Amino acid sequence: MSRPVKRKKRLSQIKEESIRLFFLAHGLLAVIVLGGIFVLILSNAVPAFKEISIKEFLMSHTWDPTSPEKAEYGILSMIASTMMVTVGALFIAIPVGVGVAAYLSDVASWRVREIVKPVVEILAGIPSVVVGFLGIVLFGPIIARIFNISSGLTALNGSILLAIMALPTIISISEDSLNAVPQSYSEASLALGASRWQTLIRVRLPAALSGIIASIMLGLGRAIGETMTVLMATGNARSFPHGFLDSIRTLTANIAIELGEVPYHTTHYYGLFAIGLTLFLITFGVNLIADIILNKYQQREQ
Amino acid sequence: MNNKKEIRRKRTDFGLAMTERRAFFSVKSLNGSKKIRALSVLIGVIAFVQILTWSPLFAQRSKMIQIKGSDTMVNLVQILAEEYMSRSPGAAIAVLGGGSGTGIAALINGTCDIASHSREWRQREIDQAWEKGVKPRFFVVAVDGLSIIINEKNPLEKLTMPQVGAIYRGEIKNWKEVGGPDMPIVLYGRQSNSGTYVFMQEHVLGNKNYSPDMREMNGNAQIVESILQDQAGIGYVGVGYVLEGGQVRKGLKVLNIAKDEKSAAFSPLNKAAVDSGDYPVARPLFLATNGKPNQAIAGFLSFITGPEGQKVVEREGFFTIGAKHKEQNEKNFK
Repeated sequence: MSRPVKRKKRLSQIKEESIRLFFLAHGLLAVIVLGGIFVLILSNAVPAFKEISIKEFLMSHTWDPTSPEKAEYGILSMIASTMMVTVGALFIAIPVGVGVAAYLSDVASWRVREIVKPVVEILAGIPSVVVGFLGIVLFGPIIARIFNISSGLTALNGSILLAIMALPTIISISEDSLNAVPQSYSEASLALGASRWQTLIRVRLPAALSGIIASIMLGLGRAIGETMTVLMATGNARSFPHGFLDSIRTLTANIAIELGEVPYHTTHYYGLFAIGLTLFLITFGVNLIADIILNKYQQREQ
Repeated sequence: MNNKKEIRRKRTDFGLAMTERRAFFSVKSLNGSKKIRALSVLIGVIAFVQILTWSPLFAQRSKMIQIKGSDTMVNLVQILAEEYMSRSPGAAIAVLGGGSGTGIAALINGTCDIASHSREWRQREIDQAWEKGVKPRFFVVAVDGLSIIINEKNPLEKLTMPQVGAIYRGEIKNWKEVGGPDMPIVLYGRQSNSGTYVFMQEHVLGNKNYSPDMREMNGNAQIVESILQDQAGIGYVGVGYVLEGGQVRKGLKVLNIAKDEKSAAFSPLNKAAVDSGDYPVARPLFLATNGKPNQAIAGFLSFITGPEGQKVVEREGFFTIGAKHKEQNEKNFK
């Protein structure tokens, strides 16, 4: 080998190595940012528990830090509210979302699919403020009229809006996973005499289940973390919710309402970070469970 | 092994210098155009930044008066600012809402020049300001008759102060307890960063907690919108928000409020009653500056507190300031 060739080889090795390091740094960046956020939230949340007992924080119904009588820091009502709108949203979004995905992948003609799919994707791009505004002027009054209550700013209103926001995620990922089911599965099923409906329900949907569950979990993540929409559309009353026709205040909305005004480095300020930590742990739990479920299904498939 | 040795040898011998030099040249010749391009981009960016900082646009921006705070006052202050700017060219004023608490915090943190607020400063906030070297001065610019509003379809006409307090504390839950129809009361209020929220809590609720069932809205306008739709609702807003073209907004009713059982009830739209203090929930509205206002800010403030500004205040549904407040303002200008 002549020298220049060797040199070139060495240079390219260095180049390869540096490119590898470059991308490694990018990969690590995500981990570092996540770790940094966690440390920041944790370090600001911990001082809150010097003055609030964890039991009071998690078990008390009353959150009223600016009370002239006695400041109270209980987030149970807000946890219940967050859970309620999220579960309500999924109740609406899962049947509709999976239904639309099944329609698009199995039933719709090529032309319909070409129109509907981009429209669904545009739906994902609507800003949450606009969705919240729809809740105030459109869905709220409709709910008030249907259930004959005086105001439509309720948990149900929030659930409907969050369902609308979670739908694009659920539809497009579910449809992708339905399309990824091997053609041979449905061919085998049809060859055995099953109808198209039976093939869809008993063969294609179960085969795509891991992707569908992943899409639901992503939708769930969006619903839990959404702030502006629920802040605008649910009325933000602090009391413990007794049903879907009550006004509620979620964890996210509470942080958004109070963080702007709170004096720094007070128990109230640290308390808001403790709420942030709670939210972080909830979403972390959801993602973890989603991962475990996905892994199980993938193993079973193999 | 063999390979490694060869490489090491190469480093020490004459060949290295040759290749190094050749490499140096090749980099230069290859990237010459790129370097020039990068250099020209750099020069362009520097020139752009320089032009920005020298331009009259930037100069004006640095002189712009930033006002932040009370949502109750944001429309009023915006209109006052527009009137003032149309009269004195060169003046630039930006007005933001967000709530009294937000405005006060911004003045303390130095992110605005004037804070607008519909409640007085808390002792804690004044302490915090002095700690940071901010010496707030308060100017009363208008008087607000805080209005208790209900839906037009609700036949009720008046409430007493203790009744309003009990309703917002959650002790009275049905309209029939105060002489209205048999309907559960739906409470609408503001969020805790609002001066109106704090004023109500201090002066009407007797420093007690709001009912946890109260729906907490983003601003006065949202309360008005909710009351328009909710026959069982009750809300509190600045008087400027109930009027539309000088009339009470259609679908809305402003309750007359009495001090107690024995006194007569007055409307917040009655200027004489608000001036004399017969209307029990009137309150001053403030603009606060950091220390003695500079020339630009003083110009704006004296416009507001002067006859022309007060005419605008009146046109917007609020009330003009009395002699006592005027005197206090004069002191703060010096």
